Amino acid sequence: MPEWLTQAEFVIERDPERCIQCKVCVRQCANEVHRFDAELGEVFSDSDKCVGCHRCVSLCPTNALSVRQVELDFRSNANWTPQAIRNIYKQAEQGGVLLTGMGNPEPLPVYWDRMLLNASQVTNPSIDPLREPMELLTYLGAKPTRLKYEGGDEPRLETELGPQLELQVPVMFSTMSYGSISYNASLALARAASEVGTYANTGEGGLHAGIRPFAKNMIVQVASGRFGVDADYLNAAAAVEIKIGQGAKPGIGGHLPGEKVTAEISATRMIPLGTDAISPAPHHDIYSIEDLRQLIYAIKETTRYRKPVGVKIAAVHHIAAIASGAVRAGADFVAIDGYRGGTGAAPTMIRNNVGIPIEFALAAVDARLREEGIRQDASLVVAGSFRCAADVVKAIALGADACYIGTGALVAMGCHLCQKCYTGRCNWGIATQDPYLTRRLNPNIAVRRLVNLLESWRHEIKEIMGGMGINAVESLRGNRDHLRGIGLTDRELNALGIQMAGE
Amino acid sequence: MATRRLLPFKDMGGCSITGIMDESGRRFAGDTIIRSIRNMHERSNGLGGGFAAYGIYPERDEQYAMHLMFDTHQAKRDTEALLDQRATVHLAEPIPTRAHPAISGEPILHRYFVNIEADRGRPHLGEDDLVVELHMQINAEVEDAFVFSAGKNMGCFKGVGYPEDIGEFFRLEEYDAYIWIAHGRFPTNTTGWWGGAHPFSLLDWAIVHNGEISSYGINKRYLRNFGYECTLQTDTEVIAYMFDLLMRKHGLPLELACSAMAPPFWNEIERMDEVEQAQARAIRAVYGGALLNGPFAVVVGSTGRMIGFSDRTKLRPQVCARSGDRLYISSEEAAIRTVCPDPDVVWHPEAGEPVLGELQAGVKVN
Ligand code: SF4
Ligand code: SF4
Repeated sequence: MPEWLTQAEFVIERDPERCIQCKVCVRQCANEVHRFDAELGEVFSDSDKCVGCHRCVSLCPTNALSVRQVELDFRSNANWTPQAIRNIYKQAEQGGVLLTGMGNPEPLPVYWDRMLLNASQVTNPSIDPLREPMELLTYLGAKPTRLKYEGGDEPRLETELGPQLELQVPVMFSTMSYGSISYNASLALARAASEVGTYANTGEGGLHAGIRPFAKNMIVQVASGRFGVDADYLNAAAAVEIKIGQGAKPGIGGHLPGEKVTAEISATRMIPLGTDAISPAPHHDIYSIEDLRQLIYAIKETTRYRKPVGVKIAAVHHIAAIASGAVRAGADFVAIDGYRGGTGAAPTMIRNNVGIPIEFALAAVDARLREEGIRQDASLVVAGSFRCAADVVKAIALGADACYIGTGALVAMGCHLCQKCYTGRCNWGIATQDPYLTRRLNPNIAVRRLVNLLESWRHEIKEIMGGMGINAVESLRGNRDHLRGIGLTDRELNALGIQMAGE
Repeated sequence: MATRRLLPFKDMGGCSITGIMDESGRRFAGDTIIRSIRNMHERSNGLGGGFAAYGIYPERDEQYAMHLMFDTHQAKRDTEALLDQRATVHLAEPIPTRAHPAISGEPILHRYFVNIEADRGRPHLGEDDLVVELHMQINAEVEDAFVFSAGKNMGCFKGVGYPEDIGEFFRLEEYDAYIWIAHGRFPTNTTGWWGGAHPFSLLDWAIVHNGEISSYGINKRYLRNFGYECTLQTDTEVIAYMFDLLMRKHGLPLELACSAMAPPFWNEIERMDEVEQAQARAIRAVYGGALLNGPFAVVVGSTGRMIGFSDRTKLRPQVCARSGDRLYISSEEAAIRTVCPDPDVVWHPEAGEPVLGELQAGVKVN
């Protein structure tokens, strides 16, 4: 029996009529798929190693290449899918945990696609955002239930509002650490956030000196590895986020292998050069909700109550109770990451099977916090695969204050979702530390693309709101009357707190 | 009935509204307001009309006047049992009406003058809170019973029909009030139901409303946080509850309450001085759920006060006039001039800018 049963997942087709043997593909593919045979003077391809990132296809000057997924290479079987069989071969050959990158790709229902939005007709005029004000400004942070005024002819505000993040568009860049992505990618996210007036999140990668100038548009994370955390780091940023969990791999930690811990990363994360950066599954000082409270207040003390402190949790069962606990523990915002959230590396089994959809998590948390009368105590930020402006509008209508986008931002920078981020050979220069590859991502161009993305979403959000006859985002937030479900069961409609289309 | 009114549907449609206040506290009969609203006949479609009047029960001004409608005698009995259990009823009597050719299918209309003693188990609740609770309880729990209003020295009169006919049906020319507000309805999505007509009232708040509130979905969830259950088919109730919450419970002055409901735009806020800016930002950040979006113009009555205000882009008409002690607020100038041909001043308030009528200093009505 042959030792290797794993077969190529992609076929590479090279049109001999078009190929001019320029060797661009040879240089571009870090997976060494393309090879130039000097003797024959011809480029050959070894599809076995191809990950389907389309770098070579995109850069081939004569459009000579196409890369296709291999279809039906096994006898068809609805239960034993090609992926299931391949995974078994892989494990039988190598032993060990299946690894992968990016978010859950399984064909599970995307509930955003089963919710439709409303628009005004006749009784309520729609608003043209090009001619009328259309306001998206959003404040994240704890709000008091009410404002107190000193009476008199000129009432004076007595209540002082706690620290708030001010977002020009209710979309932020999600946690992506320097280490899991390249310096250029991190820089581009930070710069784009400050240009648009929103925030980028350091993840647990620390705050690189080159990114500090943009720190007022950064949220810094305190994760279980505590990489790069000191008082300076906490005080430099606009807000601090404690990472409890992540949608792609709830309940497990992270591991940046030593070979990726370059001099720059070691300095930024404050760990020795070349050592593995291991984030334990739990924080070793958080074993219960009181412990979380202590950490929240330790950070608030350190930042003199001038920064909102948030908590990021993965969407899992009983998410409403967990989120309520985090709010009661003092979180100024709670970020919930759904099971489609992306990652640089995760065990495939966990990514594809653990967690719940962000749609249900959000609906349950918003409803619970309202029931308990603590919704204003914390803002809700949701993450876990927002693909377009309509997803964002639906999330806000369900009850979110803002959305985090991670994968979407990487795609804007060129990511082709090959899911091989964990290999460190990202041909698009994003999920890699290899200087040969990171050079490919020009931060100026990446910033422009990210800004363009947020600007276009901003326009689309305004357009949709205008159609609803709503001119301020606070009137959309939690306004589930503007959502209708299609193809959903009664239970699902109830869980989402929305009515059916036609009702 | 009970199930129908629990549907979380909004009121959609156009309307006519008008309000007249005599700031000297002098009371005048209801035929004036009927003439004013009749002038806007075209703005309603016969599916709802109503009035609120302030100062009509001076001899019982310490008691809450509960105007109720019942679809069945059983509902009346159930409600009365509940009233006996929770309140002291000083007087119960039918609301006087006259047979009117244009009005039919009226429910049983009754009024009760009540007080509620402090609840020893819940000393933090004042009489107002207990009356609100009772009001909500009847609407939510008693099948086929519905509270039109439950305020002191005021009352709502409303039903299915054109407002001028409803006014005659309720014999409003026999009442004297210092504030009258009226409403003619043009609903597009609710069948005629007497309880669904405007004004909508809570305690002594009464609201007439022209417009549709596109933020209704979040407003009602926001209000639920504070114990207000929106159970009607109309989004007017959110405005009433919002006034009650912001002004009575949170103690915001009128200007600030209105700036929570119809806040200035951010670009206007940026042009304010620092102190005003901080206030405006705080209001928008904290009271986002109270922002009323979509086109509306409202007239709000409460003891000693009449307020007119519109949405922040003024997508529904509102015009005001003054003549001597009288303040007029209406959808149309013609409706004012019918009853006051030569006002001292007529003006169109800015979008979101409240217009306030208040009793002159020293005038007591309760
Ligand atoms: S891995 Fe990417 S660059 Fe390499 S051959 Fe496949 S598609 Fe082309
Ligand atoms: S970041 Fe790079 S490696 Fe990861 S999915 Fe995108 S293209 Fe592939």
